[in-house]
Amino acid sequence: MRIGLFATCLGDTLFPDAVKATAILLTRLGHEVVFPPGQTCCGQMHINTGYQREPVPLVRNFADAFGDASIEAVVMPSGSCAGSVRHQHPIVAERYGEPALRAGVDAVAAKTYELSELLVDVLGVTRVGAYFPHRVTYHPTCHSLRMLRVGDKPLRLLREVEGIDLVELPGADSCCGFGGTFALKNAETSTAMLHDKSDNITATGADVCTAGDSSCLMHIGGGLSRIRSRTRTLHLARILAATRTTPDVLTEASV
Amino acid sequence: MSTFLGMPAPPPRSPYGTGNLRGDRAFPRAARDELGNDQLRRNLGRATGTIRAKRLNVTGELPDWEALRDAGSAIKTDAMNRLPELLEQLERRVTERGGTVHWARDAAEANTIVARLVRATGSDEVIKVKSMATQETGLNEYLESVGITPYETDLAELIVQLADDKPSHILVPAIHRNRDEIRQIFLDRIPGVDPELDNVPAHLAAAARSYLREKFLTTKVAVSGANFGIAETGTLAVVESEGNGRMCLTLPNTLITVMGIEKVLPRYQDLEVFFQLLPRSSTGERMNPYTSLWTGVTPGDGPQHFHLVLLDNGRTAALADVIGRAALNCIRCSACLNVCPVYERTGGHAYGSTYPGPIGAVLTPQLAGMHAAKDDPNSSLPYASSLCGACFDACPVKIDIPSLLVELRHQHTEQTGLTPEKLAMKAAAAVMRRPSLYAAAQKASALGRVVAGRDGTISRLPPPLSGWSDSRDTAAPPRETFRSWFASEEGRATLRAAATDPNSEQKGEETA
Repeated sequence: MRIGLFATCLGDTLFPDAVKATAILLTRLGHEVVFPPGQTCCGQMHINTGYQREPVPLVRNFADAFGDASIEAVVMPSGSCAGSVRHQHPIVAERYGEPALRAGVDAVAAKTYELSELLVDVLGVTRVGAYFPHRVTYHPTCHSLRMLRVGDKPLRLLREVEGIDLVELPGADSCCGFGGTFALKNAETSTAMLHDKSDNITATGADVCTAGDSSCLMHIGGGLSRIRSRTRTLHLARILAATRTTPDVLTEASV
Repeated sequence: MSTFLGMPAPPPRSPYGTGNLRGDRAFPRAARDELGNDQLRRNLGRATGTIRAKRLNVTGELPDWEALRDAGSAIKTDAMNRLPELLEQLERRVTERGGTVHWARDAAEANTIVARLVRATGSDEVIKVKSMATQETGLNEYLESVGITPYETDLAELIVQLADDKPSHILVPAIHRNRDEIRQIFLDRIPGVDPELDNVPAHLAAAARSYLREKFLTTKVAVSGANFGIAETGTLAVVESEGNGRMCLTLPNTLITVMGIEKVLPRYQDLEVFFQLLPRSSTGERMNPYTSLWTGVTPGDGPQHFHLVLLDNGRTAALADVIGRAALNCIRCSACLNVCPVYERTGGHAYGSTYPGPIGAVLTPQLAGMHAAKDDPNSSLPYASSLCGACFDACPVKIDIPSLLVELRHQHTEQTGLTPEKLAMKAAAAVMRRPSLYAAAQKASALGRVVAGRDGTISRLPPPLSGWSDSRDTAAPPRETFRSWFASEEGRATLRAAATDPNSEQKGEETA
């Protein structure tokens, strides 16, 4: 399958390893990964903060970058960006766009997937040949869980990873407190939520807390680093991309 | 010759509501104080945790729960779409059955009407059933100011009233109080209470009961709210747990019910849906202990004078918003409060309104507006959410609260002038719309590496990012962006190697 990879602005700029892992994993599974260079940002931060006029060019840019019919599916290592493309781009296009943009947005939204959705629903695989001999706990991010309804797809993928010691996270479906600009506008409340999440993660004794969103992991990992926790964060794609021959080396930094 | 008619003007918007629908400071400021109260955090964490588990049990056991939610949503949406005709039908039916209907534009008008009706009976006191509408209008304070004493008869409302406090939860108004605090409030404020009163819940309830019993038997006027009003029959409904409502609705000679106009339902049989949705969502019970239904006046049985005060107070203004009006579908079950990670930590007072939590964050700004003045506290409410979506999943009438929050944020930025935030958002969008500028900005961000410590993390950032760095480290930006890696020889070589990785032999193993 010819798959268009959307790196997301956060992944492209700050967390490229998760995007590299996505590209490596899909290539290893026999697919052609293309990276339309015109891509930038989905505009989720703008929309969630209340700005819908400003991201119109970003919405258009995304639809243009991935509109090529030769791209059979669009994947991104982020539940919240996939949620923005599928749920918010049509709202913005409806309000501020012209008919052509609405059509373009709808066409791209229909073939857009978060990583675990693409693997399980579209490519039909749960065993991806990964090897990751560590204790891991999984945090389902809010938008993947409640906007995209990925359900247990990430866990089904993780259960098939060789050598993994997968432990359940107490209170897993509670928000970690990130919420984009919420973490800045309501920093104290966000921190209170983060502390409860860190306590639950630490209680599992996991080496790694994984999730499908680099943004939530940036928040959780930043908190774990601050309290000098031995648990570090790692994007789901990196666990699935790790193999016996090319393992993911756990580095010192926790963020 | 032609006549210039001018630009079409938007229709005038109905006035916003008044009363207890606005705090005195923005949510983040108020939340900061509440977050510092460890006792409050513990009380709330325990209470919401318990009720969450109960709700999941009793909603999970119904095979048609999702169909019930759809039905509830459809009935409420239909009612909102023909609110004028349903309200007039309700008025006709109530009048035919011997009741009197009053229309109140806002909180002040509702309070005046109630006070006038109470005075007409010659009584200077009223007993009250727990009611959100009269909390919203500030009825108790108004009645006191004109020499009428209101007695709250719901246990939690009584605790709040005796303590000169404010409710912090729609269903459990004293959720922020524990039993020791309640014992002290009773000792201080209930006349003639046993000075040996301990903190055993049953003993506390007994103390309240003996205090209230006398009020039930001697007070001639009761004031209630209504959970539902049926247009078809003129029937009003109150559901409750303690039986105090039943006492108020049957014993006094005069009953005055204050009902928000959005509480009207078209048909009597619609109650079938809501009597299942409401208790399971609110208290986590299959059925509430007391369900009271009454229609007008029945000679020789129950109150002989019945008044229904229909309260607008901003509801027509909310109805004018084609997206935001979905918040009017709320049946005040408070399930969204109990699952909200923000409410769980800040409590209800931080919202500054009668309606706290996720539904309050979308309802309050619509009822009372959010641009009454610069930095209106109500404009901070739509941002009091991480948009986690737990409220939408819990809502028995499927109000998409996260989408409403995003919509209200949009309305807020549209009505606010140029702010530093808006400038930053415009600048970010201007950069991100051009891939070449974007790539240059990415390179600039890599300069952040120089401020990182030796462990590769940044532990202090300047405002407005300092709130972030107060409790989170930030990884230094990487040397190389994904796009430059993908275009590099190293990137291409890595992907070539991946295509022939021996582990890729497993790629044929499909999901069983």
